[in-house]
Amino acid sequence: MKFKSLALAATVTAVGLGALATAPAAFAQAKEQFFPLLAYRTGPYAPNGTPWANGKQDYIKMINARDGGINGVKITFEECETGYATDKGVECYERLKGRPGVTLIDPQATGITFALTDKVAADKIPLLTLGYGLSASQDGNVFKWNFPLMGSYWTAADMLIQHIGKKEGGLDKLKGKKIALVYHDSPFGKEPMPLLDERSKMHGFELQKIPVTAPGVEQKSAWLQVRQSKPDYVLLWGWGVMNSTALKEAQATGYPRDKMYGVWWAGAEPDVKDVGEGAKGYNALNLNTSGQSPKVIQDILKLVHDKGQGTGPKEEVGTVLYTRGLIIQMLGVEAVRRAQERYGKGKVMTGEQVRWGLENLALDQKKLDALGFSGVMRPLSTSCQDHMGSTWARVHTWDGAKWAFSSDWLQADEQIIKPMVTAAADKYAAEKKLTRRTPADCQS
Amino acid sequence: MLYRENGQFKSSYRSDQQIFPILQDRIAIGLLLAVAFVAIPLLSSEYLMRAIFVPFLILSLAALGLNILVGYCGQISLGTGAFMAIGAYAAYNFQARIPGMPLVFSLLLGGLCSTAVGVLFGIPSLRIKGLYLAVATLAAQFFTDWAFLRIKWFTNDSSSGSVSVAGLNVFGIPIESPVQKYLLCLGFLVVFALLAKNLVRGAIGREWMAIRDMDVAAAVIGIRPVYAKLTAFAVSSFIVGVAGGLWGFVHLGSWEPAAFNIDRSFQLLFMVIIGGLGSIMGSFFGAAFIVVLPIVLDGLPYWFGIPIDTALASHLTFMIFGALIVFFLIVEPHGIARLWSTAKEKLRLWPFPH
Repeated sequence: MKFKSLALAATVTAVGLGALATAPAAFAQAKEQFFPLLAYRTGPYAPNGTPWANGKQDYIKMINARDGGINGVKITFEECETGYATDKGVECYERLKGRPGVTLIDPQATGITFALTDKVAADKIPLLTLGYGLSASQDGNVFKWNFPLMGSYWTAADMLIQHIGKKEGGLDKLKGKKIALVYHDSPFGKEPMPLLDERSKMHGFELQKIPVTAPGVEQKSAWLQVRQSKPDYVLLWGWGVMNSTALKEAQATGYPRDKMYGVWWAGAEPDVKDVGEGAKGYNALNLNTSGQSPKVIQDILKLVHDKGQGTGPKEEVGTVLYTRGLIIQMLGVEAVRRAQERYGKGKVMTGEQVRWGLENLALDQKKLDALGFSGVMRPLSTSCQDHMGSTWARVHTWDGAKWAFSSDWLQADEQIIKPMVTAAADKYAAEKKLTRRTPADCQS
Repeated sequence: MLYRENGQFKSSYRSDQQIFPILQDRIAIGLLLAVAFVAIPLLSSEYLMRAIFVPFLILSLAALGLNILVGYCGQISLGTGAFMAIGAYAAYNFQARIPGMPLVFSLLLGGLCSTAVGVLFGIPSLRIKGLYLAVATLAAQFFTDWAFLRIKWFTNDSSSGSVSVAGLNVFGIPIESPVQKYLLCLGFLVVFALLAKNLVRGAIGREWMAIRDMDVAAAVIGIRPVYAKLTAFAVSSFIVGVAGGLWGFVHLGSWEPAAFNIDRSFQLLFMVIIGGLGSIMGSFFGAAFIVVLPIVLDGLPYWFGIPIDTALASHLTFMIFGALIVFFLIVEPHGIARLWSTAKEKLRLWPFPH
């Protein structure tokens, strides 16, 4: 019996290892642009990670079905489950980075972004972290391979303070007010702090930092603190189950939801749906619209979902995070298209060429309209120095049944962000013994 | 037939006391080392190196450290993740604050810091035993989680609480390529495995085992429980601390306290239990089982070309993995290492069992 099971175990291991060793060679194919998709469909962050991952996949399927790929180059993809865990994310990255035609990585998690930032530079694969990741990586002169397109946690925090200031009737009215930051106790939640500290010094409001232990299903003590100190506003920096739990706790403590402002990762349907009426009045930043009316979503419904090839349930198409997934994937595809303009149409782009494409993105309104993204997002253009492209976002409010925009377009204050980004990038460069890129390097 | 020690006579104490008294074992170990040091670096792909071998080696080292405490000295600990974290953060601080600090010294000093804290949290073991001690060591876990999240000094005032290292080198040789990382980890593992093996067969190891089997009886025959238990905590947390440093520096490169959370402690404890308590070999089996198996299971649908939903694949991995743990514990409650030694016993009689 024991011998048999031992032999069985040995065979299974041998087969597995054999498969591991031979795997990369068997899949060498030509003329395909490969997108590694790191996703999480299990665990406490799955409710938010799933629509995001679905959006990315559906966009690829739609581009292949409608245009036959990027100028004739078919797009392939493979998904790898990270469960939002850093070590699993690193394993996924190592597994997928060696595939032929690998384009770029969107790790969908700040922790994984931190771990990959050093690795991508050595492997020459761009890291696309739309609205998350390392705030300092906006500085393309130091962070050659990072692209926090459309915003970082610093721009988000800045816009929220501006918006609250406007509500109070001017930023100077913030003096003496108390703002609490209820944050996910991880790099994700801690990133906005330097900016909030800066702003609190400028305007004289008191910043109270209240950590919530990851994953955030237990928040009683955090909200007890909120109840005791009665802050004028609460900024919610959560992700996954933490958001809906926070809203339920706010309801239980009686903290007014309309004084709560979430980052754009704390303002989607999964966060408020379970709370329903209880979340009424809750505000959050948003980078994009939601709904099924944009042309790109109509195309996806027609070409992907009606053919039975949709990745997720049809009614979730066009939700906030799904649409964000679309934007991320669209930017990746457009970066490849831009790179092809320079390095040869209809060719498979390498990671280095895609990096040039990301750095020279120029999506004006006309282009966005042509892509079917009119109204979904604002134009964006990147450069060698600025890897963010734009910082526009709006605040939307949950009315108990749906999200509705409740502010104009906001923009982060360059005067504050820029020196902070430069200082943080310089510090990073000094720690890693990097030198700033030369103008000549920008041309390559 | 092949594996038999007939005719191998020991004519000196030295040859009687060597680690592998049987010639065939020595040949096998020599071959294994040759494969590990030469064949694997030459033959395996970058993915195998980075995603499988390096984590396997580092977690084997950590499991080895934990096995000394749990398997040899019988003190159940749930603070392994904490001791890894202390090793990693202390090594990071030595590296970041002292310019020109060699990597190997940082890692070893990190291990020493971990030793100090390990001994401190080992003191309760003099009074409490078994599961109660496990709960007490859990305190170490929560304490370090708190310390590295809240005390900014430890993370060198990093705004996000995440620390990272770069430009690693050992005495001038850069540690960048997967092969270099692999060899560094392998070097540490071989040295520490040899050290651990010698410790557990020496006087101190016998003291640990005596304490494990019955502490009152051990005290009666003149073994000091204070000394035995605290040395076990010290040696164990030193090895675990060095493993933590390697995990942070070599495998992740950039980490946050979540990399060493309670899940890591449980994972290591399971490695030791499944691999085999009180066996150096068992640490390796346990690490292989827990690290490599899920990755292989995860990859199977892709390698066989079966398109399968990512969520389903990961759920299946959990289910099969869980079933296998139950299977192994039923077939051999003493761990995979016991299966291994049973196999060796059988092999000695093969092909003529009585």
